[in-house]
Amino acid sequence: MKYRYLPMTSQDQREMLDTLGIESVEELFSDIPEEVRFKGELQISEALSEPELIDYFQKLANKNANFSTHANFLGAGVYQHHIPSVVNHMLLRGEFFTAYTPYQPEISQGELQAIFEFQTMVCELTGMEVANSSMYDGATSLAEAAMMAAGHTGKKKVLVSHTVHPEARAVLATYAKGQGVEIGEISYDQAGGTDLAALQAMLDEQTGAVIVQYPNFFGQIEDLQAFADLVHEKGALFIVSANPLALGALEAPGKLGADIVVGDMQPFGIPASFGGPHCGYFAASSKLMRKMPGRIVGQTKDESGKRGFVLTLQAREQHIRREKATSNICSNQALLALAASITLSAFGKQGVKEMALLNLSKAHYAKQAFAERGFEVTFTGPFFNEFVVNFAKPIAEVNRALLQANIIGGFDLGLAYPELAGHMLIAVTELRTKADIDRLVQELEAINRG
Amino acid sequence: MAKEKALIFEMSKPGRVGYNLPSLDVPEVKLEDILPKHLIRETPAELPEVSELQVVRHYTELSRRNHGIDNGFYPLGSCTMKYNPKINEDVARMPGFAQTHPYQPEETVQGALEVLYNLQQDLAEITGMDAVTLQPAAGAAGEWTGLMLIRAYHESRGEQQRTKVIVPNSAHGTNPASATIAGLETITIPSDERGLVSIDALREAVGPDTAALMLTNPNTLGLFEEDIVEMAKIVHEAGGLLYYDGANANAILGIARPGDMGFDVVHLNLHKTFTGPHGGGGPGAGPVGVKSLLLPFLPTPTVAKREDGSFYLDSERPQSIGRVKGYHGNFGILLRAYSYIRSMGAEGLLQVSQNAVLNANYMMRRLAEAYELPFDRVCKHEFVLSGTRQKKLGVRTLDIAKRLLDFGYHPPTIYFPLIVEECMMIEPTETESKETLDEFIDAMLQIARECEENPELVQEAPHTTVVKRLDEATAARKPILRYQRS
Repeated sequence: MKYRYLPMTSQDQREMLDTLGIESVEELFSDIPEEVRFKGELQISEALSEPELIDYFQKLANKNANFSTHANFLGAGVYQHHIPSVVNHMLLRGEFFTAYTPYQPEISQGELQAIFEFQTMVCELTGMEVANSSMYDGATSLAEAAMMAAGHTGKKKVLVSHTVHPEARAVLATYAKGQGVEIGEISYDQAGGTDLAALQAMLDEQTGAVIVQYPNFFGQIEDLQAFADLVHEKGALFIVSANPLALGALEAPGKLGADIVVGDMQPFGIPASFGGPHCGYFAASSKLMRKMPGRIVGQTKDESGKRGFVLTLQAREQHIRREKATSNICSNQALLALAASITLSAFGKQGVKEMALLNLSKAHYAKQAFAERGFEVTFTGPFFNEFVVNFAKPIAEVNRALLQANIIGGFDLGLAYPELAGHMLIAVTELRTKADIDRLVQELEAINRG
Repeated sequence: MAKEKALIFEMSKPGRVGYNLPSLDVPEVKLEDILPKHLIRETPAELPEVSELQVVRHYTELSRRNHGIDNGFYPLGSCTMKYNPKINEDVARMPGFAQTHPYQPEETVQGALEVLYNLQQDLAEITGMDAVTLQPAAGAAGEWTGLMLIRAYHESRGEQQRTKVIVPNSAHGTNPASATIAGLETITIPSDERGLVSIDALREAVGPDTAALMLTNPNTLGLFEEDIVEMAKIVHEAGGLLYYDGANANAILGIARPGDMGFDVVHLNLHKTFTGPHGGGGPGAGPVGVKSLLLPFLPTPTVAKREDGSFYLDSERPQSIGRVKGYHGNFGILLRAYSYIRSMGAEGLLQVSQNAVLNANYMMRRLAEAYELPFDRVCKHEFVLSGTRQKKLGVRTLDIAKRLLDFGYHPPTIYFPLIVEECMMIEPTETESKETLDEFIDAMLQIARECEENPELVQEAPHTTVVKRLDEATAARKPILRYQRS
């Protein structure tokens, strides 16, 4: 069989073997002990021709309900937003797409400048002084922030609000185990926000960091300022995990006392894609700059005085510091950071705010509609684009019924919060029309009656 | 010479837009109606205000200042810069994949779960392992995951004292960094004159505190650790486990399997061997394969198949180390890797490694006439040269790398591994034609002649790029990490 990715002809092979003075390719593997040579053929999926391949994957894709076949009300950390058409066109340029880490700055100025612009956009949105080039996702970014804070303060205890994304807390627990950091969870109050009194009781001199999500997992907007003062009083760092779209409308965490801001850029130009690849971001105050994980791009000049960009502050990183590195991250989510940058360039100063306000208004309309039809809207504090409704019946059942109406229902909170079984977390973005929302409420009324 | 490229912020003009959103079809909610004043954004984020065409021109211009595999040869050692098939992008963009939510009910994502399940199975077979988790986001995340598994295994047996990870001095810097963040300590052992791990040093290093030996095979010199069977025996008899760093898996597909060599854990870099786009530095995907003894500790969930043929997310694993990433790993990259495997099949993957190894040996032999070859033996998919001959003429390996830019090539990995002076690490991959290899070899031979006849030409390179060499020292000393409006 011939392979379109393999250009070696039998003549090429002959010529190369002649140069090497050997008879067969097999001789090049003579250093592999016979007993560990693999004999026979790998028992893996069979090869498909290009048309067969497309057909095969199209059939698999067709088995999945998706945002083009269903009206989607799932959020819970991954959101369906409008992606401007230009994003994909620019992203797919091979010069970006098929490059690797910009180790050779003279032929990587495009990527380096794009990252420098990304870092600037992250700083602008979060109100922080420095940002890195990206992390794997929001969850690992949060975990790395906690580890960095524990390392920086020398205090090996981190408190995380129970209203932080459950998967981020799970990833945090794994990182914490690795590095011997103790994790405490702060409960939430009746309004669905982090319980300030509970935090007060848990905070002590051994606490290195406190983590709060903004808006939190229930969609509620936490009053960051109230936490920041408490946290700083005890000499701990305040870490905020923020939805960057919400920051188009909400005050920047940096203005409200955050020391580190993390999160995921997924709302900006990155498809949900069954959970990844997305794009963690990481921003901090300048005093933490030399402790930050990940790659960082800096501005400099070339020999002729012309502006240029390079990877910088590399003394923090694993390839220099080895076992003393602050993190082991090397490959990150550069391509997704580029997608977010292109999106933020297109939306710009006005678009990000407009999109945030569209989300806010549509979600509030939906919440109001539920309340008016007699549903119990669980939390009553200010929220962004998600809210919780109590259906008092298994959400898996409710969602199965909604699928019949081509609706992907909200997140089953009971999966992560047993005390909230029967509660659904509903996300409403700018892509849901009034008609979509009305239909959701009607269907749920029917399901509740039935 | 090219002009300075404006930043997107410098192109901004108040009032210009590059977007279009649906108009509001519900009553407007004002922030002041729902929020206290201090939680309402006071100053808008200073994002650019540009038109759509300006966005297109900006990123097109940036792309022209960047070199990818699509532009030309990219023999960056240990990074496996092979062709990224275009069809994978078509597959990844199918709405049935790209527009699915990770929390959709299982019955609505059977196609996505089938992809993940099949990939788990195929990667287990390719590596000779019993099970695979697809969750880690990149190679380094895979390393850390694997070491956390090893730690959990030892702890479950009451052997908390096993905290030492043995790493050869040729190892990638992530290995020791990953050990540290898994709460383990690194012991570095030397390589011998063959460029292979010193067996005597390994024997001395193992003991009751050994958690694992972490090994790249072929190693970062491109050489197969031919004593692997004995090494595995030494480590296992001391009660440790073997970790396989799959950064160099492109050399062994269908030829040798880590599982058969005695490894207990392996990670793969899907953005290297399995053609995920390198993307300017990611996204990666770093699945981890394990032997059955580590099965109870794998991250949850994994994808399992029911007797009726349907797929589900299996979270039943009480001894699991927990989650290592949100959701189901970098699904889009996993999907591309599976698309690649389905394009090649078993026979194709074998040819991949055979051709990659032949290409590397051919280049090594031909370049040895002008450059020092520190280890003169068959290499696998990559090899290292040393610029010591040229250094005597006053030309450093860095200069040679910069001179290659003038020929339109991305240079090899340089100054790594650390154990070879003036190191150049070259990995051609199997997707490059002999013509490309020959042209690159000619360029390298010409540069070697230039080093003798006109060293300044090399020392002052590059001559053709949009910027000359950049002042990295000042960048680090006085960091400017974001644009500031003047």
